Amino acid sequence: MARIVVVTSGKGGVGKTTTSAAFGAGLARAGYRTVVVDFDVGLRNLDLIMGCERRVVYDFVNVINGEANLNQALIRDKRVDGLEILPASQTRDKDALTFEGVQSVLETLASTHDYVICDSPAGIERGAHLAMYFADDALVVTNPEVSSVRDSDRVLGLLSSKTRRAEQGDEPVKEHLVVTRYAAARVGKGEMLSIEDICEILSIDLLGVVPESTAVLNASNAGVPVIMEDKTDAGQAYDDIVSRYLGEARDHRFLTEKKGLFGRLFKG
Amino acid sequence: MAFLDYFRSEKKRSASLAKERLQVIVARERGNRGGPDYLPALQQEILQVIRRYIEVDDDAVRIEVDREGDCEVLELNVTLPDSD
Ligand SMILES: Nc1ncnc2c1ncn2[C@@H]1O[C@H](COP(=O)(O)OP(=O)(O)O)[C@@H](O)[C@H]1O
Ligand SMILES: [Mg+2]
Repeated sequence: MARIVVVTSGKGGVGKTTTSAAFGAGLARAGYRTVVVDFDVGLRNLDLIMGCERRVVYDFVNVINGEANLNQALIRDKRVDGLEILPASQTRDKDALTFEGVQSVLETLASTHDYVICDSPAGIERGAHLAMYFADDALVVTNPEVSSVRDSDRVLGLLSSKTRRAEQGDEPVKEHLVVTRYAAARVGKGEMLSIEDICEILSIDLLGVVPESTAVLNASNAGVPVIMEDKTDAGQAYDDIVSRYLGEARDHRFLTEKKGLFGRLFKG
Repeated sequence: MAFLDYFRSEKKRSASLAKERLQVIVARERGNRGGPDYLPALQQEILQVIRRYIEVDDDAVRIEVDREGDCEVLELNVTLPDSD
């Protein structure tokens, strides 16, 4: 049986899809059979970020409606063995994902994979609810910014009450904090919430910190999960995140700015 | 470098202000969590009723639902202004 991991946040544009793609690719690279499922009905994007947009024929909703079987809809990644994606539907019907449909697709995926990664849409409506409902673990993606932190706290409340594990009284969903778009220089100047601030407010375990990085945009331009760009800061940060998730102890990096000569002169 | 320090402390305040505001709102929202959906509306209406008689602040009314065994207790706290 696979572990089902939801990548969620409440707020939009914080890095859920970037994280889902990188995390999924990292787990597959580590040898685990991994599938990344796009729950963002109407705003399919995971396919673009993972570079398989031209190979989409059938989607999640087609499978739920019985218009295609799961194997027809799954896209195998060409670079990483054992990595697959299930694209979202572009339908405008937000109710296209049914509870029973999602449950049956996730159960089938869970029986044939080691990890099922659910890329949640923004908000706390139906799509986000279904993406988290069956989860065993959650990556709560947060930016160092007031509205993102507040929304993450809302989402933590939902994870502990509106999920299958919560409703059945099982062991709670394991929550991991992933802080993205972290600009160490701005934290140093007191302009941006620090990691300590965010951890203190949300009080959950910190899985990792991804710096604000041009590597993310470059990777998305090319349709390559940023974790594949081994030489970049963001790629390395995601690699650390996957390793920590798998139980390896790794120090946090990219928390302080690399000071240039100018910075050193001024800060002493 | 008092001049530079001045700007630095201005900016220090920006992140710590964010943190303080977050701590307050998150604590309040956690308090409302898990309660029935009608709680916020109930809270507003009770506030309006009280205001027909006394002038009170926006946050004068606190409502919580406590579970004691199989019994739910609605706890209502009203803070009245200091009388002069
Ligand atoms: N660490 C980062 N550094 C710079 N830009 C980032 C980073 N993470 C995400 N982004 C950018 O933020 C935007 C939103 O990211 P995305 O993963 O689509 O968020 P979400 O799925 O939460 O809406 C994208 O333009 C992406 O390139
Ligand atoms: Mg997204």
